[in-house]
Amino acid sequence: MSDTARDGAYDDLLDAIEDGEGRYLECPNGHGWLPPRRVCPDCGARELTETPFPDSGEVSTYTTISVATPQFSDDAPYVTAIVDFGAVQVTGLLRGVDHDEVEVGMPVGLTVGERETTGDRALVFRSR
Amino acid sequence: MTDPRVAGVGLTPFGELSERTGRDLFAEAGLAALDDAGVDPDDVEALYYGNFMGELAEHQGHQAPLMAEAVGLDVPATRYEAACASSGAAVREAVKTLRNGESDVALVGGTERMTNIGTAAATDALAIAADDLYEVRAGMTFPGAYALMARAYFREFGGTREDLAHIAVKNHEHALPNEYAQLRTEITVEDALDAPMVADPLGLYDSCPITDGASAAVLVSEEYARHHDLTAPVAVTGTGQGGDNLALHDRAHYARTPAATEAAEEAYADAGVEPGNVDLAEMHDCFTIAEVLALESLGLYEHGEAITAARDGETHATGALPVNLSGGLKAKGHPVGATGVAQVISIAKLLEGEGSWADEVGDADTGIAHNAGGTVASTTVHVLEVVE
Repeated sequence: MSDTARDGAYDDLLDAIEDGEGRYLECPNGHGWLPPRRVCPDCGARELTETPFPDSGEVSTYTTISVATPQFSDDAPYVTAIVDFGAVQVTGLLRGVDHDEVEVGMPVGLTVGERETTGDRALVFRSR
Repeated sequence: MTDPRVAGVGLTPFGELSERTGRDLFAEAGLAALDDAGVDPDDVEALYYGNFMGELAEHQGHQAPLMAEAVGLDVPATRYEAACASSGAAVREAVKTLRNGESDVALVGGTERMTNIGTAAATDALAIAADDLYEVRAGMTFPGAYALMARAYFREFGGTREDLAHIAVKNHEHALPNEYAQLRTEITVEDALDAPMVADPLGLYDSCPITDGASAAVLVSEEYARHHDLTAPVAVTGTGQGGDNLALHDRAHYARTPAATEAAEEAYADAGVEPGNVDLAEMHDCFTIAEVLALESLGLYEHGEAITAARDGETHATGALPVNLSGGLKAKGHPVGATGVAQVISIAKLLEGEGSWADEVGDADTGIAHNAGGTVASTTVHVLEVVE
């Protein structure tokens, strides 16, 4: 957490999302992945194309985490969700919705926020 | 090719042993296994050792030589790390080496020291089995990951928190007579449902405890067992391992664990058995939902049907397919790197007619052990049979 070196394509992705230009990597067979990737783990294709995230995706599954690690102690309780953006799926924090109003299938967009505990950046979903 | 025999086994008590070092834990289990086997320690040719978080909990990497030394062995020693499936992977390597004739006597085992760093740090250490960039930084914990799977399961197949509570109740009951188990307390469905949430829909009683402990087993070739007149009627007749993408969001299913299916199909074919031949099972129930996912992925139940198995008594000691008679990870405890070998030990003892619940199991001759790492990105499955 205290590393000063950037984590390459991960931090580049967060920068791009903050600028409204987030892109994932998609193989010719439509399998999508978060960077960095040099090869599609599903089909072995190496021709990966940077593809813009759709404006919104749908919550596939979620949980309200009450017992957190020290890096999230001040964030708890918080919602972590997996969101389906079509070709690519993403895990992130879901904010701006009451915990008991989160539903599978609800549309959310991909943004970047800060962890309350450490101030580090994190992928954050917000209601669309 | 012949199947390696389980010649001797050893365990420490599982529980909160926070002041005991890893080397002391493994020495107890390893020496107990050597004594139980009755083999000459000079005959042991290698140590296959599982450990997950030794660097974080004890600031100790390179543990395998340290552990060989702790049991008085001067042999090649290698640590296997596959998160919570670490010692399952160690068993698999030992089995392959014994089968191909490269060696005749192997010590397998594992250790984890966890409670010395406290619950929050242990939760943090366990989380490194997930994708650090794209899961852990999004707040995912292991209870959180299995909660995501549980919700996906409920949505795809149905099921309730009460169904999961019945699994916890069963595994706690199974642990009651197990002198090595951490949680030897009877609980009710109401206790489980009323307990604090950890990661909705999973509560405290859906989760295995944080545990210190070690396990060890001496595996020998059939020829060695015969030549030395060892009493070792149980063999590891099938081994399989499966893999998957590390991050849960990169899986084809959130409510299924295909890596376990791959491992099981390989192990069944290797042993020449069908799921219907299995008399008893140790399933990797780090969370109650994990027992359901394992039973279904191993073909012991159809997808969507294992959720009610505990509620209906089918997986109880007196049921058609007893599951986790040791108490499972849930109640026996889960010293991560020790779990895979501890599962094999539980099955081997029961097949020999020893240990708690042996009377209920009767003349079972085929058992299966499923050991899973992460959100089942690594899985080993071992089939054990009574062969004489």
